Amino acid sequence: MSNYDRSMALTGQPPVSLSTNQKLATLVGMFGLAVLLLAAFNINFPNKTLWLTIALSSIFSGTIWFAWDAYLDKAPGIKNDGVWFKSISSRGLWGWVAGIALTGFYIVLYFFPEYLGLVKDGDNKGVIALFDPLSKALSGNPASQWFVYGTLYTVAILAFGIKFLWKYRHNKYERIRTMSVMFFQTAFAFIIPELMARLNGSSVLNGGSLPYYDLKNIWPLNYYNFEGYRIKSFVSSGDIGLALLLFGIASIFIITPILTYRFGKRWYCSWVCGCGGLAETVGDPFRQLSDKSQFAWKVERWVVHSVVVFVTLMTTAVIYSYLGNDTSKYWLTKPSFLIGVATLLTAVFVWAMVFKRNQLQKDAKYGAVGYFVIIMSLVAFHFLSGEGQVFLFKSETLRKTYSFLIGSIFSGVIGTGFYPIFGNRVWCRFGCPMAAILGFQQRLFSKFRITTNGGQCISCGNCSTYCEMGIDVRAYAQKGENIVRSSCVGCGICSAVCPRGVLKLENGPLEGRIDSNQVLLGNDVDLMKLVNQK
Amino acid sequence: MEHVVIIGNGIAGVSAARHIRKLSDKRITLISAETDYFFSRTALMYVYMGHMKFEHTQPYENWFWKKNNINLLNAFVTNVDVENKILKIANSTDVSYDKLIIATGSKPNKFGWPGQDLKGVQGLYSKQDLDNLEEYAPNKEVCKRAVIVGGGLIGIELAEMLRSRDIPVTFLVRESSFWNGVLPDGESTMINEHILEHHIDLRLSTNLKAIIDDGNGKVKSILIEETGEELPCDFVGLTAGVTPNINFLEDSTIETGKGVKVNRLLETSCNDIYAIGDCAEQRQPIGNRRPVEAVWYTGRMMGETVAQTICGNPTEYKPGHWFNSAKFLDIEYQTYGWVFGKKGRPEYEAQFHWRHPNEKVCITLSFHKESRQFLGINTFGIRMRHEIFDRWLTQSKDVDYVLSHLADANFDPEFYKKYETSIVAKYNSDFQKNLKSRKKSIKRIFQFN
Ligand SMILES: Cc1cc2nc3c(=O)[nH]c(=O)nc-3n(C[C@H](O)[C@H](O)[C@H](O)COP(=O)(O)OP(=O)(O)OC[C@H]3O[C@@H](n4cnc5c(N)ncnc54)[C@H](O)[C@@H]3O)c2cc1C
Ligand code: SF4
Ligand code: SF4
Repeated sequence: MSNYDRSMALTGQPPVSLSTNQKLATLVGMFGLAVLLLAAFNINFPNKTLWLTIALSSIFSGTIWFAWDAYLDKAPGIKNDGVWFKSISSRGLWGWVAGIALTGFYIVLYFFPEYLGLVKDGDNKGVIALFDPLSKALSGNPASQWFVYGTLYTVAILAFGIKFLWKYRHNKYERIRTMSVMFFQTAFAFIIPELMARLNGSSVLNGGSLPYYDLKNIWPLNYYNFEGYRIKSFVSSGDIGLALLLFGIASIFIITPILTYRFGKRWYCSWVCGCGGLAETVGDPFRQLSDKSQFAWKVERWVVHSVVVFVTLMTTAVIYSYLGNDTSKYWLTKPSFLIGVATLLTAVFVWAMVFKRNQLQKDAKYGAVGYFVIIMSLVAFHFLSGEGQVFLFKSETLRKTYSFLIGSIFSGVIGTGFYPIFGNRVWCRFGCPMAAILGFQQRLFSKFRITTNGGQCISCGNCSTYCEMGIDVRAYAQKGENIVRSSCVGCGICSAVCPRGVLKLENGPLEGRIDSNQVLLGNDVDLMKLVNQK
Repeated sequence: MEHVVIIGNGIAGVSAARHIRKLSDKRITLISAETDYFFSRTALMYVYMGHMKFEHTQPYENWFWKKNNINLLNAFVTNVDVENKILKIANSTDVSYDKLIIATGSKPNKFGWPGQDLKGVQGLYSKQDLDNLEEYAPNKEVCKRAVIVGGGLIGIELAEMLRSRDIPVTFLVRESSFWNGVLPDGESTMINEHILEHHIDLRLSTNLKAIIDDGNGKVKSILIEETGEELPCDFVGLTAGVTPNINFLEDSTIETGKGVKVNRLLETSCNDIYAIGDCAEQRQPIGNRRPVEAVWYTGRMMGETVAQTICGNPTEYKPGHWFNSAKFLDIEYQTYGWVFGKKGRPEYEAQFHWRHPNEKVCITLSFHKESRQFLGINTFGIRMRHEIFDRWLTQSKDVDYVLSHLADANFDPEFYKKYETSIVAKYNSDFQKNLKSRKKSIKRIFQFN
């Protein structure tokens, strides 16, 4: 074993050691966090606006000062020196400390917001109160734990986004993509919904009020988008409300398929999505921690597809539960809705089985099982449901279970809290139903692929190591095969870190996209014919 | 069942084993004295730099070998008894074989410098070399200065590695400019500049005279041939090329030269014994290629070829167009076809060189003086599409065609800056031409109409 200094001290030898600038920057950032922490412990800061500004700007400037010192005096290029020596990025002590702290934060956020100072009726206290002025300035309402979280989330994406821009300043794909996620987070997730809240009750909305709606957050990631209370608010908010509702439906059924066909699922997962945005910026130092084993891949496919089945059933059940039986009241009724869902699923299933059978291979079996489960459940819905009751459970129970298990535990606590342990895309890889649906399409019907550059691969393993989705990119590259994997979010890092220029993310013709008999170039052509004979 | 024994679990030996397994159910034993499992030698540098852990350099998970019924044996072969088809193993029992593949790779050159076997003096080739490097150059306190001898691909990798830990590096290069035995002048000059940018003390036209002992068997300093200067250092990296690692064959009857002599079927002078990868020497060089080719890709191709032959389908080793790639610190390099440095450039070869005014980006195209047939390209800081150049070389395109269609060959990530117009403009002015750079065409690239 190497005797390189692996002590946990941040002040070890290069490339692990911190410069004076970085130590100061850390101090500044920590100070900002400390202010928030003190506020959480109910220290009452006199001038809230001032202290909130101080706290957020300290965190922000500490982070970018640190990054500035880390990257700007170095030549542009790949900056992975010491990644596996640093305790924070190699599951060392600091990694665990960060993981536990983050996890703790998520548990409090989701389940004990009162500890952050949330007061249901009356004035907020603690750290949430600190955010009241900002919230009031934007939406006119006092802050909630979600507003605090949203603000910190946005600050984090912006600060670490700048860090990422510097780290990859030689790589324009990475830069543009990162500016895109920074923009979508700030505008779509943070500012626009808050401003939209200002319209509530106004005449533009016919006096109605819109639910909080991050427009880029698409069902099934936004699993609650079609719940009864939201539909009611949309419908009661005039043309704008209706337009938003239609947009929500079009997002998943029209816009998403078109964009995914043209660009692969990366247009969403690493250009637009907020979860992806956090993973790519704050999570970037942890991308190498994803598990690349075939076993992990197997688990991934089981878990993520089960979530898809779960969310489909849950949403169907929820919508089903608030629809009526009478066509004269509303055109969409319980039975016609179920038939509609079943028809749509059958159409997709038949299309995949008929046209894409040879690309599905073994997965076809699992797909068939999933399809069968859903259809049988739909039938069961119909025959076994009573009032407010779907199948054997209340639809509400199903919804709550999903919201708790998937919405909170999986996407928050595990998905983000465990960045320093399992890598930055655990949620996106194992849990996100949106990613699974986009992935299904990416695999079967998209122009996107990662082209392998002939025979240039030297099997070094950089690509696989730095693939946040745990794809063993090298396994394809060293055979000269293109990489067409449903889980690939198109972050482009494999291509960036490859020292031999082997990988290129590109959109091209469907024909020959998945070519497992790719001729390993540079080889004798006759030999390759033989090798490729099955 | 026939027993195929392979000595060496590098890319050559492993490719052979995998392909024999694909084609047959022969018994396969893969022997190596270096590591239990196959790893990628080319990635050693990234382990020292902390980009990867050693386990990441292993292209196959550990269960792979058992599942594919490939026996692994960690042992050192001391001799081959050709007569009785038996391998002698150090400190262990003999292994007998029906077919033998020698894939023992290379070892670093040592040119008889005084002190070359001292502690802290080593090449960079094996896992053991990596471990020793951690011992003698773990950080800038233990290693106050390192000297690297030999300006080639491994030398510059070693320099980059040591610099990642802030260790001061002096780089002795025998040639008057970095790697100019292979690279044309413009490119070699650009790399010189880049080496200096990385604060590496580059000494061109400088030879090592001797390595001095500190009295305890460890290196203390080195002497420079030209100036007689004595340079204190704690580590010396010997990276002046490699030679086939075939000492253990000295007492056998297998014919060797620089490497193990093989014909085009990769057969050695003895029945049922083959040699592949770095350690094989072609009796007849193929095209412009050297008789011993110490690169990754050729080891892989030879492994695939010999597997066919052993499985009853005698196949000649016929590599296609030459290609290679490397990375000089931050600059990626790719080459397709043949572009020669000054030394050994055929008289029919003309060159066109373009370099970006301020970025470290350049290309050199070579073509036939009379016929203007395109012969090859070197690119620095631009990625190129292998498939396209392979096609153009096969179709014997002329240099004008290649230049005007250069956009088709670009393999840089999306949104990268394009240089084609500027390149073509320089070509037009150099050769009084009037070419236009054509737009990238997906149709042409993927060949569908
Ligand atoms: C640092 C470094 C970087 C490189 N980078 C590149 C690159 O970027 N591109 C490129 O094309 N090439 C590169 N190369 C060269 C490339 O790695 C080699 O050409 C290739 O690994 C040779 O493969 P091989 O299978 O012939 O032999 P090897 O990989 O050397 O495998 C031979 C194995 O046999 C074992 N062995 C030898 N003798 C015995 C014995 N008597 N008994 C038991 N076992 C024995 C050895 O220990 C070794 O494990 C690089 C090499 C190095 C060292
Ligand atoms: S395969 Fe490459 S582009 Fe896709 S997720 Fe992995 S690293 Fe990103
Ligand atoms: S990083 Fe590039 S060279 Fe290395 S294994 Fe991946 S594709 Fe091959």
